[in-house]
Amino acid sequence: MSEENQNQKAMPASLASVAAKHAQKQPGTNPLGTGLEARGVHAWFGTKHVLSDVTLDFAAGTVTALIGPSGCGKSTFIRTLNRMHEFIPTAALAGEVRLDGKDIYAPGTDVTKIRLKIGMVFQKPNPFPSMTIGENVLSGLKLAELKRSNTDDLLESCLVRAGLWNEVKDRLKEQGGSLSGGQQQRLCIARSLAVEPQVLLMDEPCSALDPGSTFRIEETIAELSQTMTIIIVTHNMQQAARVSDYTAFFLSNDGPGLMVETGPTSQIFSAPRDKRTEDYVTGRFG
Amino acid sequence: MSTTDIKIPAPGKPWQASRSDKLKSFLTVISAGIFTFILVNVTPLKGKLAYFILFFISVIVFEYIRQRITRDSQAAKDSVLSTLSILGIVLTLIPIFSIVLTVFVKGYKGLHWQILNKDMALASVNDPIEAGGLLHAVLGTFLLVFVALLISFPVGLLTGIYLTEIRGTLSRPIRFLVQAMSGVPSIVAGLFILSAVIYPITNSLSGLMGSLALTILMIPTIARTAEEVLKLIPDDLREAGVALGATQWRTVAMVVVPAAKSGLLTAVILGIARIIGETAPILLVTGGADKTNLNPFEGSMGSLPFYIWKAFLTGGTEQSIARGWAGMLILLIFIFILFGSARYISGRRS
Amino acid sequence: MALLEDRVNSVPAPRELTTKPRRSDQIFRFVVTLGGMSSLVILGLIALFLSIKGIHILNEKGFSFITESRWEVVTDENQEVIQSTFGIGAMLVGTMLTAVIALFVGVPISILGALYLSFYASGRVKTFLVSLIDLMAAFPSLLFGFWGFFVFMDSAEYWAKLINKYLGFIPIFQVPTPIFERSPFIAGLVLAIMIIPIVTSISREIFAQTPLDRIQAAFALGATRLTMIRAVVIPYGRGGIVGGAMLGLGRAMGETVAVYTVLNVVYAVNWQMLFGAGGNIASLILLKFGEAGAYEVDALMAAGLILFLLTLVVNFAADFLVNRFGKRGR
Repeated sequence: MSEENQNQKAMPASLASVAAKHAQKQPGTNPLGTGLEARGVHAWFGTKHVLSDVTLDFAAGTVTALIGPSGCGKSTFIRTLNRMHEFIPTAALAGEVRLDGKDIYAPGTDVTKIRLKIGMVFQKPNPFPSMTIGENVLSGLKLAELKRSNTDDLLESCLVRAGLWNEVKDRLKEQGGSLSGGQQQRLCIARSLAVEPQVLLMDEPCSALDPGSTFRIEETIAELSQTMTIIIVTHNMQQAARVSDYTAFFLSNDGPGLMVETGPTSQIFSAPRDKRTEDYVTGRFG
Repeated sequence: MSTTDIKIPAPGKPWQASRSDKLKSFLTVISAGIFTFILVNVTPLKGKLAYFILFFISVIVFEYIRQRITRDSQAAKDSVLSTLSILGIVLTLIPIFSIVLTVFVKGYKGLHWQILNKDMALASVNDPIEAGGLLHAVLGTFLLVFVALLISFPVGLLTGIYLTEIRGTLSRPIRFLVQAMSGVPSIVAGLFILSAVIYPITNSLSGLMGSLALTILMIPTIARTAEEVLKLIPDDLREAGVALGATQWRTVAMVVVPAAKSGLLTAVILGIARIIGETAPILLVTGGADKTNLNPFEGSMGSLPFYIWKAFLTGGTEQSIARGWAGMLILLIFIFILFGSARYISGRRS
Repeated sequence: MALLEDRVNSVPAPRELTTKPRRSDQIFRFVVTLGGMSSLVILGLIALFLSIKGIHILNEKGFSFITESRWEVVTDENQEVIQSTFGIGAMLVGTMLTAVIALFVGVPISILGALYLSFYASGRVKTFLVSLIDLMAAFPSLLFGFWGFFVFMDSAEYWAKLINKYLGFIPIFQVPTPIFERSPFIAGLVLAIMIIPIVTSISREIFAQTPLDRIQAAFALGATRLTMIRAVVIPYGRGGIVGGAMLGLGRAMGETVAVYTVLNVVYAVNWQMLFGAGGNIASLILLKFGEAGAYEVDALMAAGLILFLLTLVVNFAADFLVNRFGKRGR
C-alpha cells in the first residue's frame, strides 16, 4: 500500500492540469475510464532481464509517447500493456498493469476482454488479406464474436475517424492488400476502432511509411485522442513532440531497459531533468 | 533513480494456468469419466469404443458448460476446438503406441541368442525358433541399402545443388518433379526395373535390381532434404567464396557442401529410413533368398522385409508368426536407431 | 511526338553484363544440371518402359481394360494364351474406395492434431510429439499392414458391425452377406492411420508459416484461438492443406503391402465398404505377379502404367491447388 502511495506522489505535478484539460473533452464511444497504470513492471525473455521496474500512468484521454534508442525495452513495455508480451514462449513478467484500477494480469482475468478494451496497431500494416476492406474494418466483431445492430454505420464511422472514408468508400469490396502502405495502416487503425477500445497502443505505427502517410496518421492520432487514451512508441522525436501530451524516455545501458524520465512533452523536450534525457533529445546519441 | 535500490522481483508467468485452473480442468475430465462410466453401465451402449466416444463427447460437453458458466459463450466455443484438437492428437498417438507395443511384445518371443548368427538356409519358417536366424536378411538389407545409397546420394545431392546453387529456370518444374517422384508407388518402381532392366537385359533377379528399385524411392527424399539443408547455408558464405576469386565449382565443393555436412548426413539417414522397410519392389525383383548371399550382382538376395513377409504368409504356425514379429522388431529397432541419430545430428547442429 | 520519341531514344540501351564462366564452372554446371534432370529422366523412363511392355494390351483391350472387372487368362498345355480378359475396373473402384475412406478419416484427425501441435502444445510436449509423429511417418507399410491384420482387425470389424447395424439403411453401409473381416472399410482405416503422420506434419509446417503479425493482429482484436484460427490460419493454409491431403491420397492409392495384407482381394466391383471383398491396383499386381506368364505380366505392366499415371495426376493436382489457391489469403 505504501509503495502505491509513493508512486502516486511521484507523478509530476503538472499532470493534474493536463488531465483537467482532457476531462473537458467529449466522451468517446466507450467511457474513457480512469486510465491505465503500470506498476513496477519487469519483463524477461528467458533469463534475460529486458525491462526493469517501470511505473507509469496514462491518464484517460491523453496521448503518451514512449521514446528511446532501439533495444531500450519500449516495445516490450507497450506489449505488456495489453498482454501481447506472453506470446513469446520464454517471456516472463512481474508487476501490475491496471485498467480502471483492476490488474489485467490478475488470475481469472479474461485476456480476450482485456485486448478488446486495449487495442493495438503494429509497426507493419497487417490487414487480413483474405478479407475485403469492409470486412477488415469489421473483423474485430467477428473475431471477438460481438453483435452490433448497424454495422454499416459502424463501418463508416470507424473509417471516418481513421481518416480513410473518402478514399475507400467506393471500394469497400476490394481486398485490403490493394491499398497503399499508409492507407493499409489507417485501415488497421479503423479495424482497432470497430471494437471500441478505451486505450489504443501504437507500436511505431509510422516507421514503415512515407512522410505524407505519416502526416495523415498523426492527424488521425490527434482526432482519436479526443475519445480515447493513446500510447505510441516512436523513434522519431519530432513525431513525439507533435502528437503527444506526455513523453516517457526509456534507456538501457547493457542491462535491462529503464524508464529514465517522464513528464509533459514540452518539459521533456525543453527542460529535461535528467542528463541522459537531455543528451538523447538534443541528438547527442541514439 | 538508480538501479541498485530496486529489489528485482521474481519473474512470473501470470498468464499460465494456475493450480486451481488445472484442478478445475482435471475435475471436469474426471467427472466426464464418471459420467461415461455410469452411462455405459446403465444404457445398452457397451464396449471400449462406447467408452471412448462417450468419454470424449462428455468432456466436450462438460468443458463447454464449465466455460459457459465461468466465462462466456465465446470461451465455451473456443473450448470445443481445444478439446477436439486434443482428440485429434490422441487418435494419432493410439496407433503409434499400439504398433510399437505390439512389435515389442510379440517380437520378443521370436528372439534368441543366435538369431544374428544363423540364416534360414537349413530351416523352414515352421521349424523351432532356435533353428534359424535372420543373418541373411540383415546382411541383405544392409547390402541393398548400401548399393542404393551409392547411386541415390550423388544424384540426390546434385539435384539439391541444382535447386539451390544454379537456380535455373527449370528449378520450379524440377522441384515439382522431385515431389511427383516421391509419390511414385513403390510397386511401380519394381515394375519399372522389371521392364527396363530385368526383362530386356539381365533376365535374372538379384540384389542389385532391388537396389535400383529402391534408388527410385530414395532419390526424392535425399534431394528434398539436401535442398532444405543447402538453403540454410547463408549466401554470405557463397559470396565470400566467389569474392576470393574461387570458381563456383570450388565454392560449392570447398565451402557450401562442407558447411552442410551434418545436414547432408541427415538427408542420407532419412533416405535410408524411407527405404529400409520397403517391401513391394523387393518382392518383385530381388528373388528373396533364405541363405546368406553377399554378392549383389548375382543370385537372389534375402532382406528383412522379405523375411517378415515370408514368415507371415507362408507359415501359419506359432513359430512362423513369432519369426515374423521378431523380424519386425529388428526392423523397427533399425528405424529407431536411424531416426534417433538423425535427431541427434540435427539437434547438435542447431 | 517526335520530340518525345527522341527523348525516349536518347535513353541508352542497358549494357549487357555477361560473365563467361570458366571451363571448370561450365563442366560443373553441366554435371549439376544433368543431376537435376534425373527426376525428369527417371519419370520419363518409367512411363516409357511400362508403355513399351504394356501398350499392346491397352491397344487390344481398349477402353474395356478400365471398365472390365474380370482378370482371367486361359492357357493351353504349351503355355500359349488361348483366351484372356483383363480389366482393372473392380480394382480401380477398390483403389478409390479405400483411398477416399483413408482421406475421410485421416485428414480431419491430421488437421486437428496439427492445430494442437501448432497452437496449443508448447515446449517439451510439442518437441516430443512432433518427433513421435515424424517417426511414425517413417514406419514401413509392412508394419502397418501386419499390425492392421493381427491387432487392429478385431476392433475394426466390431466397429463395422456397429455401423452396419445402426446405419445399414444407407446403401454403402449394407452388406450382401455378413462378412465384415478384411473389408475395404478396414483397409481404408489402416491407410488412414498410415497417412495421418504425413498429412499432420505437412499441415503443421503450413500452420507454422502463418505470418505472426496477422495472428497477433487477430489476438489484439480480442480473438479467441478458435476465431483467430478461422479468420487467419485457415484462409492462409487452405491451399497447402488441400495439397497435403492430395499427397496423402496419392500415397493411399499407391499402397501395396498394407492393402494386400488387410484386404480380401476379390475381382468384383464392390461399393459396399463394410463387406469383406475388394482390392486395389497395386495389390492386384502383387497378387498376380507370382504366377503370371509373359502375356499376363504385360497386362500387369499396363495396370502399373495406369496406377503411375493416376498418382502423377494426383500429384499434379496437388501442386496446382497449392499454387493456385495457396496464394489466396497470403
